[in-house]
Amino acid sequence: MFGFGILSGLLILPLIGAAFILTLRGDEAAIRNNARWAALATTIVTFLLSLVAWARFDTGSPDFQLVESHAWLMETTRFTLGVDGFSLPFVLLTTFLMPFCILASWETIKTRIKEYMVAFLVLEALMIGVFVALDLVLFYIFFEAGLIPMFLIIGIWGGKRRIYASFKFFLYTLLGSVLMLIAIVAMYWQAGTSDIPTLLAHDFPVSLQTWLWLAFFASFAVKMPMWPVHTWLPDAHVEAPTAGSVILAGILLKMGGYGFIRFSIPMFPDASLYFAPMVFALSVIAIVYTSFVALMQEDMKKLIAYSSVAHMGFVTMGLFSLTPQGIEGAMFQMISHGLISGALFLCVGVIYDRMHTREIKAYGGLVNRMPLYGVAFLLFTMANVGLPGTSGFVGEFLTLIGTFQANFWVAFVATSGVILSACYALWLYWRVMNGRLEKPELQAIPDLDRREVLLLAPLGILVIYYGVQPQVILDAFAAPTQALLANAYPVLQAGATLAGVQ
Amino acid sequence: MPVETTASGIPLYAVPVLGPALPEIIMAVGVLALVLYGALRGERSTGVVTAAAIALMAFILGFILTMSGDTQVTFADAFITDGFARFMKALVLIGAIVALAMSREHFRRLGIDRFEYPLLILLAAIGMMVMISANDLIALYLGLELQSLAAYVIASFHRDNARSTEAGLKYFVLGALASGMLLYGSSLVYGFTGTVSFPEIAAVVAEGANPGVIFGLVFIAAGIAFKVSAVPFHMWTPDVYQGAPTPVTAFFASAPKVAAMALAVRVFIGAFPTIVDQWQQIIVFIAVLSMFLGAFAAIGQRDIKRLMAYSSIANIGFALLGLAAGTQEGVQAVLVYMAIYLVMTLGVFACILSMRRGGVELETIDDLAGTGRTHPGFAFAMAMLMLSLAGIPPLAGFIGKYYAFWAAVEAGLVVFAVLGVIASVIGAYYYLRIAKIIYFDEPVGSYEPMPGMLRGVMTISAVFVVGFWLVPAPLVAAAGAAARSLF
Repeated sequence: MFGFGILSGLLILPLIGAAFILTLRGDEAAIRNNARWAALATTIVTFLLSLVAWARFDTGSPDFQLVESHAWLMETTRFTLGVDGFSLPFVLLTTFLMPFCILASWETIKTRIKEYMVAFLVLEALMIGVFVALDLVLFYIFFEAGLIPMFLIIGIWGGKRRIYASFKFFLYTLLGSVLMLIAIVAMYWQAGTSDIPTLLAHDFPVSLQTWLWLAFFASFAVKMPMWPVHTWLPDAHVEAPTAGSVILAGILLKMGGYGFIRFSIPMFPDASLYFAPMVFALSVIAIVYTSFVALMQEDMKKLIAYSSVAHMGFVTMGLFSLTPQGIEGAMFQMISHGLISGALFLCVGVIYDRMHTREIKAYGGLVNRMPLYGVAFLLFTMANVGLPGTSGFVGEFLTLIGTFQANFWVAFVATSGVILSACYALWLYWRVMNGRLEKPELQAIPDLDRREVLLLAPLGILVIYYGVQPQVILDAFAAPTQALLANAYPVLQAGATLAGVQ
Repeated sequence: MPVETTASGIPLYAVPVLGPALPEIIMAVGVLALVLYGALRGERSTGVVTAAAIALMAFILGFILTMSGDTQVTFADAFITDGFARFMKALVLIGAIVALAMSREHFRRLGIDRFEYPLLILLAAIGMMVMISANDLIALYLGLELQSLAAYVIASFHRDNARSTEAGLKYFVLGALASGMLLYGSSLVYGFTGTVSFPEIAAVVAEGANPGVIFGLVFIAAGIAFKVSAVPFHMWTPDVYQGAPTPVTAFFASAPKVAAMALAVRVFIGAFPTIVDQWQQIIVFIAVLSMFLGAFAAIGQRDIKRLMAYSSIANIGFALLGLAAGTQEGVQAVLVYMAIYLVMTLGVFACILSMRRGGVELETIDDLAGTGRTHPGFAFAMAMLMLSLAGIPPLAGFIGKYYAFWAAVEAGLVVFAVLGVIASVIGAYYYLRIAKIIYFDEPVGSYEPMPGMLRGVMTISAVFVVGFWLVPAPLVAAAGAAARSLF
């Protein structure tokens, strides 16, 4: 179709929607209404298109599919798009979460709604770009460009300390990423191209790998975020509007993990092996330490933000265990966390919209007035804890199995994180939902309305569905994981098979 | 070189080939004609002279673009045209045309719309074109002085204004000092190599660089650093940018910077290609210092023109990093960078020129407060231009910086590339702060309607910075071809 494939369609569609919204004219109320509906329609159509991409995708193959390539910067730096089993689930996650973000902002965003919707649609295109880019420079552009709309979303529609949070978010992540740019250039001159499939097959000298790995690590660790460079996240989460938090936790954080699996691990195997103990240490600290920090939070969004850091600790740990279970589990954990944390932020948004506070102390006994909400919040809290039967369990369990093979003690300490997450999550639920409804201002709080049920129900269904049927997603990861380990880590593979035989 | 003589011993000089220098010649003749016209018609002629000057430069621009990119020399090898010259002259002319077109409205309001201004811009443009085409030290100095003298005058063009006259005087005194250093360096190079021609200097230096030559090179580098306003010769920039009338600042920030970078390329790549390691350390040093000083010093600025001065210092630092590579890729990076820089600068100044309220020119960044609500189009353009200057992807400024780092890493300047990216993060703070003022702060009032010319320039440059990354190939390829002509 016009020489463009389905993936460029995914990139262009949200931009067309954004351009359409920009042209809207008329009185205030009409613009507001049209902007909302146009944005919702755009995100839904984009989601449907991504389902088409999924239908055309062959899960059994580890290769890049739906590839398209256009002339761009230079002969050696082309506008190449494509997906494999690692990236397609993230594309789907992005397009799936976007309609919820639009719906979540339906009533709550009152000012400059046109600009808001445009910023979200542009952000969607850029996020999809990150996952479908098959050229390093192109990847970097998408990876960084997302900062601009997110900066505006936090800064314009955020809370009280929005300016501080937006600057911290922008500069922190920018500082993390710029070193990666130098590494990208160095890789270009080393391999003579910035084409990702070619680079995946290129053997980088061991000494160079160390530096490249560190440069990429700086970027992805901040994005992830890993302890101790996670401090931007709680601020950004707290100040961002609900939909902004959903996108941050659901997708932006996943770019770090995606970066590890796309670049660091397959391209720099020697350095990855060398640094794996460091990553383990940081992950375990993140899991235990930030769980304790989460325990002490007064602000609901901050608590969930710290719990995100802890859950991302499982992801990095699983990835660098370099075992099939660890990697697939980590990837699964990211998808599942995207759904769960997104849903949790939506849950917080529900009561924030009613009471305009996120202080845990301001609530209590809500279940008496909001039974439906109680069910939804309980489901997602349990999923966050990793209760078997929810998708949260599968990811954590697999990463722990994988890590157990790599390092017993790391897995041992990390398991305590599961208990700690139960502590802070259940305690949060207890304080907000249970007990007697004593506060007078809560007496009249209404339960979920239709829009909110519509928001939370699909997420809840998916969380349970993937908890029972994780194979649907795991299948996508299986082929590329196998290929990755066979190509980049033949030594490890040989050892593993040997152990299996014995 | 033996010269043919007539029978009676009078030397016979052949008329040099004029073809390669035709654009400059036409422009010079045009200026003289316009001087006559202006002098006869007096002040009333300003409109006609301005229009004629723009038309003349536009004609020359078209002429240059249709000239062949082959390398040709004339005037005893003092003057060279090649792909590089064509590319740079096109940039300079675009800068001069746009800066001149944006000035008319502003000068009329100040009551200083005199016909000399377009003429001085034309003269400066000729000087810059000679600089770009200079193939020996004499031509270099000629072009530089023609450009500089015109620039001194227009800096103090608002002569009843103390700050404007101060700017002109400061620019003149410091500029003269820089010219002196350049001249001193040139004479040393001439003394130790016995020639002023760049290719011949290169041939002599290839056999071994005498310390005297290097000494001279350092002085030449200092003079050029002044012209591109690189640290430590940058001190004049904020004062002159602030004091000069804003359209003049727009001109200073655009075309002369491009020409001075072209000059730097001509000298370092043309005359000293074999001692790259000697001058590389100088260029790297001033590049890194410029990037950091530009980034740090701008943080404290409230005056938007001073802020732009520091921004240009930092941006020149990145371009110099490309030059420091000393390779064909390095020159390509400089060309890409300067082209993008030119568009961004002109766009930003179009925005600054349109910041007026109640007939008063607004000059602080706080006057931008809340324009995201009162003037969405203007605000978007300004914010995107600022983020582009900061080098945030996917905006055009990023592509420029990418090429600078690309060239620097190839040449093994990895450490300095890393310093460069760190400086760009520091710089991002103050560009972001402008975006913050535009979008996050409360509006303080609206501006007067924007003149069509400024709106056009602003729109074109905003579209350029936002859309450039989608179709970067034409510019990058043109820069690559232009860079190839030097090697």
